[in-house]
Amino acid sequence: MTAVPAAAGRERSEARAAWGFLAPALAAIGLFFAIPLAGALLLSLTDFDIYAVADLGNARFVGLRNYLRLVADPLFWTVLRNTLVFVVLGVPLTLIAALGGALMVHSSLARLPGLYRTIFFAPVVTTLVAVAVVWRYLYHSRFGLINHGLGLVGIGPIDWLGEPGWAMVAITLLAVWRTFGYGLVIFVVGLETVPESLYEAASLDGAGRWQKLRDITLPQLKPTALFVAVLVTVQVFQIFAEPYVMTRGGPLHATTSITLLMYEQGFRWWNMGQAAAIAFVLFALILVTTGLQVALRRRGSGR
Amino acid sequence: MSGRAPALLAGWVVGCLVLAAAPGCGGARGDEETVVRFWGFGREGEVVRQMVPEFERRHPGIRVEVQQIPWTAAHEKLLTAFVGQATPDAAQLGNTWVPELVALGALAPLDEPIAASSEVDPGDYFAGVWDTNVLDGTVWGLPWYVDTRVLFFRTDLVAGGPWPPRSWSEWRRAMERIRDAGGPGRHAILLPIDEWPQPVILALQQGAPLLAEGGRRAAFEEPRFRRAMDFYTGLFADGLAAPLDQSTVANLYQEFAAGTFAMMITGPWNLGELERRLPAEMQHLWATAPLPPPEAGMAYPGASLAGGSSLVVFRRARSPAATWLWLEYLSQPEQQARFLELSGNLPARRSVWEAGGLAEDPRTAAFMAQLEHAVPTPKVPEWERIATRIAQAGEQVARGARSLDVALAGLNADVDRMLEKRRWMLDREAEAAADRAAVRSGGAERSDGAVRSDGAER
Repeated sequence: MTAVPAAAGRERSEARAAWGFLAPALAAIGLFFAIPLAGALLLSLTDFDIYAVADLGNARFVGLRNYLRLVADPLFWTVLRNTLVFVVLGVPLTLIAALGGALMVHSSLARLPGLYRTIFFAPVVTTLVAVAVVWRYLYHSRFGLINHGLGLVGIGPIDWLGEPGWAMVAITLLAVWRTFGYGLVIFVVGLETVPESLYEAASLDGAGRWQKLRDITLPQLKPTALFVAVLVTVQVFQIFAEPYVMTRGGPLHATTSITLLMYEQGFRWWNMGQAAAIAFVLFALILVTTGLQVALRRRGSGR
Repeated sequence: MSGRAPALLAGWVVGCLVLAAAPGCGGARGDEETVVRFWGFGREGEVVRQMVPEFERRHPGIRVEVQQIPWTAAHEKLLTAFVGQATPDAAQLGNTWVPELVALGALAPLDEPIAASSEVDPGDYFAGVWDTNVLDGTVWGLPWYVDTRVLFFRTDLVAGGPWPPRSWSEWRRAMERIRDAGGPGRHAILLPIDEWPQPVILALQQGAPLLAEGGRRAAFEEPRFRRAMDFYTGLFADGLAAPLDQSTVANLYQEFAAGTFAMMITGPWNLGELERRLPAEMQHLWATAPLPPPEAGMAYPGASLAGGSSLVVFRRARSPAATWLWLEYLSQPEQQARFLELSGNLPARRSVWEAGGLAEDPRTAAFMAQLEHAVPTPKVPEWERIATRIAQAGEQVARGARSLDVALAGLNADVDRMLEKRRWMLDREAEAAADRAAVRSGGAERSDGAVRSDGAER
């Protein structure tokens, strides 16, 4: 009879201890995440701008006007489409490049895995602004190396950064080049966790290299792939530095991403209210997309 | 100003970051020295340091601390410093930023010290440039150096017709000649499609007001503005200019030397650059000319921008008197001459042009003639954003994405929306002023608000 209250008491004190341990982390999350988030939400409902910087009395509560204006602005839809194109083009390309690179580094084909890992990872840690100078020359329509190479195989010059359609491709390629090394490193780790015994068993069953890749490596890498996919998607949704330094969002806003638009509204024109509204739209988009990815993955493994 | 706790905190952080280079951040200085903190931008911030020792020699007890800030970060840094209450005592300011900082209430008016000064003579300054610092009859900045845009051209490529052009039609005929003689790969003129000064200059030459009702409304569907944009976008349509943006022109100087284009509309900084970067055998092949007016009978030259940097004193300056001495020193003719020598920037005072031989050198003489016809852009805090939008409208038409009328209607609607807040502020202020006047029963009291300005209409 007495055992039940005692167990309940222990449970309560355990819960208290748990809260105690969690408190510092929760406080940090509250301070650095929840409060700014609430502040930004509030900001997105006002027309806080340069005049309000001078005097808070100049800010007005405008309800959902910032959001309605976004929806009514054709530029916002252009920018949204650009961002989605970046994601649709960039994420699969990055995943394929990362996986391909990882397989190469991991396989016994590569004599110097450390060297290759360094080469592939180098773009991730280099400064984009410095790299952009080189890429701008590579892409130059008259003197660029890329057009020179295309010219050798008889393809006419492409105005990589000046033609709206090509500028999108050019920026995506740069972004893929810059981010795939990160995914590659994670894939390499994933590859190392695949038990060697599976491959040995498959060899005994007479499986070829391609079969092993398809039936062992890829299924075993699924969790890693999901992780990388979510990571890369979130990253590409927030693409900013590449168009910012290469094209400034041009030509004709063809490469302006949501984050770049947000930056311009917020820090170039000081329309903080409008910029905060854009931030929340982006937040919702990323939430939905990564949610979808996780759900798809769950359904895939449920079968 | 209430509810400023976060701002104060930010101010403390920013202040300490800003002053990190200076000794004794946060601590009181023990000595009796007065310190003037001055922000200079880009190369100007670098060379102005060399002018400090002489000032300190003349004014013992005053020390000048110069902080150099890159131009690309300057605007953002000024606003951040204002929010954080960490503005310096004085700074250099691009003169189109003056209305914005006046609207914030960040600057101190300079009328009194100017009136009392024996060194600063407003009549010696170029009128258009001086005017950029005046809002509602109050002077907020002293022009430091001036910057307008003229025509730079290749003397060998423009030969074969009347030159320099005296009207837009003469100018256009010269461009057609260059295009026809040059063959593919040559454009008559370089007009970077994402730069606003070129279309805005053409509009100013037409006398287009740009904004109406004291800067409350956009006026881009007005016939004079339309004529200017028609001329501008027509240059692209007829292959006289290529739709390049700043980042696709890989090396301006190489391409100017190679004859990819024969003219460009640019500023004094390129005088030094061209002298440095073009090979010696090409130095006699380039020159400058003032910009032509739209019609042959009009005053020559046509209008151009009244650009440049101004020296301002911040409202929160610790010792305004010492700060003014520093501004006054930088404005003295001999210091202006020295600054010209150090930086290549054109002085704001006419007397320095005469004394320095700038009026005789044909390349700078074009600037002198142009500066007498320099016109300020609308003095509203939103100007930078409006100007960027004007360039976008030009780009839409030049790239064939929109017809001229559709692009101008879009521009007009967007700029009207940008000015919505300004209209609200001005109306609210007018109401408050009317209320006060009613209370005092008939007193013609003027409100002391910060955002009033005379807008575009001159």
